[in-house]
Amino acid sequence: MNTDELIDKLSANIEPVRRRTLALSFGVAVIAAAAAAFGATLLALGPRSDFHMSGVLEYLLLKLGFTLGIVSIASWLLTKLSRPGGEWRMRSALALLPFAAIVVLAGFNLADAPTSQWETMIVGDTWLKCLVAIPVLAIVPFAVIVSAVRRFAAPTDLTVTGAFAGLVAGGVSATGYALHCTDDSLAFVALWYGGTIALCALAGALLGPRLLRW
Amino acid sequence: MIANEAELRTLMIDSQNGNSLAHRTLLIRLSCHLREYYRSKLARIGRSAADIEDLMQDALMAIHSRRHTYDPRQPFTPWVYAIARYKLADHLRRTNASVSDVPIDEAGDITAQDDHAGTESALDLQRLLAALPEKMQRAIRCVKLEGLSVAEAAARCGSSESAVKVNVHRGLKSLAMAITRGRTS
Repeated sequence: MNTDELIDKLSANIEPVRRRTLALSFGVAVIAAAAAAFGATLLALGPRSDFHMSGVLEYLLLKLGFTLGIVSIASWLLTKLSRPGGEWRMRSALALLPFAAIVVLAGFNLADAPTSQWETMIVGDTWLKCLVAIPVLAIVPFAVIVSAVRRFAAPTDLTVTGAFAGLVAGGVSATGYALHCTDDSLAFVALWYGGTIALCALAGALLGPRLLRW
Repeated sequence: MIANEAELRTLMIDSQNGNSLAHRTLLIRLSCHLREYYRSKLARIGRSAADIEDLMQDALMAIHSRRHTYDPRQPFTPWVYAIARYKLADHLRRTNASVSDVPIDEAGDITAQDDHAGTESALDLQRLLAALPEKMQRAIRCVKLEGLSVAEAAARCGSSESAVKVNVHRGLKSLAMAITRGRTS
């Protein structure tokens, strides 16, 4: 087709754009992703049953604070990355904040405890389950978020955008998994939650250039 | 560097608001910029004009279909540039070339060149120059357009160096006045 014809075709029947399309579609995608992760956790693994014990609720809230912090920062950055020219390395570094916070808190926590306790605090009882469950639970959320990005966004740095899609998926999945997991030490959360979420981001960065082309 | 930012941005915002005419004008203007941009990047690695046209159309369709991703509070040129560059990198990846084969560039490049504007301003200049006395015209052509030194220009025009300087100075002054008159009228 020659260019004049193309322009004629493209400029016929122009409708006003919906400027909030990006924010809305990402909002819906994150909610759908969360529903998938929560549903899978509650059905396949079941919620933790020790809510009546003292201190459990506080630890759970701390865990959720960490994972939800990741989800909210990463999805905000994802909407920025979804606009052409929106990549800005310094801003992307903000995503490290929740990780830094949990590592510092875990450090204080460990420093308070006797060295003999450290192994239990770091390795916990269920590290293997955590290591497997979070990435597996992240698959469906990742697919949901990637499809929203492909359909509505225009990212121009696919590696970084993929990493953030993975980070949102990992954060959502870890939030779901936290409802099941009974390991409450901060060092455990920092290492196994933080590590697996970072792994999800890495997978997203590797898949981004293939999956997010538009 | 970013010559047409304000104008293109206004067109883009109108087009986002559903103005077909603005959208059409915008696409026509951008097609010129994009063609020139891709030509400057691809001609050097031996791509044909048809490749350049295809790539330009591809970028134009991307701009059209993702126009909701432009945030009107932000400058427009970097948005277009990011799409143009993304489509270039994508094209090179598909055709097994590498981004490092093409020259380094920056956002301003996208609107720095335009095959229309260049021609139009050359025409405007000729029209304005034609209104000057011939001595001034010749002096300005030699010194300001062809880039000769004052001495070379004096030799060519067969006049003294100070006469050339005076003619250039007066000529530019009356050109400036002609332009101001043209704007106010």
